[in-house]
Amino acid sequence: MVESKELLLETCLLAGKIMMENGSEVYRVEDTMNRIAANAGEADSISYVTATGIFMGLRSSHYAQVENVHDRVINLEKIVAVNRLSREYAAKSLSLIELHHALKAVNSTTPSFSFPLQVLSAGVVSSTLMIIFGGGWIDFLPTFLIGSIGFMIAIWVKKRIDIRFLDMFCASLVIGSLSILAVHFQVAVNVDNLIIGAVMPLVPGVAITNSFRDILAGHLISGMARGTEAIFTAAAIGVGIATIFTLVGGIS
Amino acid sequence: MTILIHIAFSFVSTVAFGVLTNIPKRALIATGAAGMIGWLIYWGLQQQGYGIGSANFLAAFAVGCVSIFFSRRKKIPMIIFNIPSLVPLVPGGPAYKAVREFALGDNFVGLENLMIVVITAGAIAGGFMMTNVVEKSIMHWQMKRLFNK
Repeated sequence: MVESKELLLETCLLAGKIMMENGSEVYRVEDTMNRIAANAGEADSISYVTATGIFMGLRSSHYAQVENVHDRVINLEKIVAVNRLSREYAAKSLSLIELHHALKAVNSTTPSFSFPLQVLSAGVVSSTLMIIFGGGWIDFLPTFLIGSIGFMIAIWVKKRIDIRFLDMFCASLVIGSLSILAVHFQVAVNVDNLIIGAVMPLVPGVAITNSFRDILAGHLISGMARGTEAIFTAAAIGVGIATIFTLVGGIS
Repeated sequence: MTILIHIAFSFVSTVAFGVLTNIPKRALIATGAAGMIGWLIYWGLQQQGYGIGSANFLAAFAVGCVSIFFSRRKKIPMIIFNIPSLVPLVPGGPAYKAVREFALGDNFVGLENLMIVVITAGAIAGGFMMTNVVEKSIMHWQMKRLFNK
């Protein structure tokens, strides 16, 4: 009996951790965790979810367990996967132990788009948004290229060096210098448009908005945590670009 | 011509951001449509002289409503549609610009951009809150109908 309760808590925490790491809203995580517990026969469970850590306990026993949330990225396919598994568990087509194994496998079994396609998409996001924000057609292709390269640098640095915000800083250094070079050699016209387009796949616009949504929903700690992270990401990008501007501002 | 470009590019950019946030393949087209609707409302209202607050609020509300429709139809969580489709609206650009101006010493322009960030994010979050109200009332109405049968 005790073991099954431990397994239940572990399963709930695992589901919550996956959802929180991949950009879900707090209320959805709490809802999913409580629902799994309810389907396992523990109608009265209590969960406390923040952007950096998850706590869960059952009122019928004295246990509570904790899980740490290290990284926050946006990978929506994993949220869909957890959602689907929790529904399957509710429909009794999975047992608790099967659910636990399936959740453990989510990180490796979830399909993702290939890396070249992601780089291409980053370029598309950069160039198309640059145009609808009022840029000129002559800057379209340069923005596409610089946006793709910036995104590649960010991924590359993040894989190799485990320092937070460094990926954004390096990417924005590259984006800034490439943009200034492009204008200097007259392949493009407007440095500001080039940069605003190229940083689009990196900037934390969604994170800022989500933090406001958390706060409005009453999840103050999560909102503040996500907001702080977003501010620092924006700061890394802004300081990176400003560094380049200060260093070579006279050339362009 | 301009409006065609806005329609096409807001759709394409949303789909591409959907790829970056790794949404399921079957949701790509629907997400693109949601993003397009959101951007067209925002852009149209801006052309009419509305401020960024109200334009973002209404655009986010529309995105939310479209997301409710798609999420019920395709049986995947709403968040899959409404995160990527916000990409043309969210204040990522102004956030970076604000920091850049602070770093370059132009505090006035920096603060101006910071205000844009706060207003935009607040308006979008408010718009989604209104969507929640709509969702709750739909659920309430469905429940009522179920019990009355």
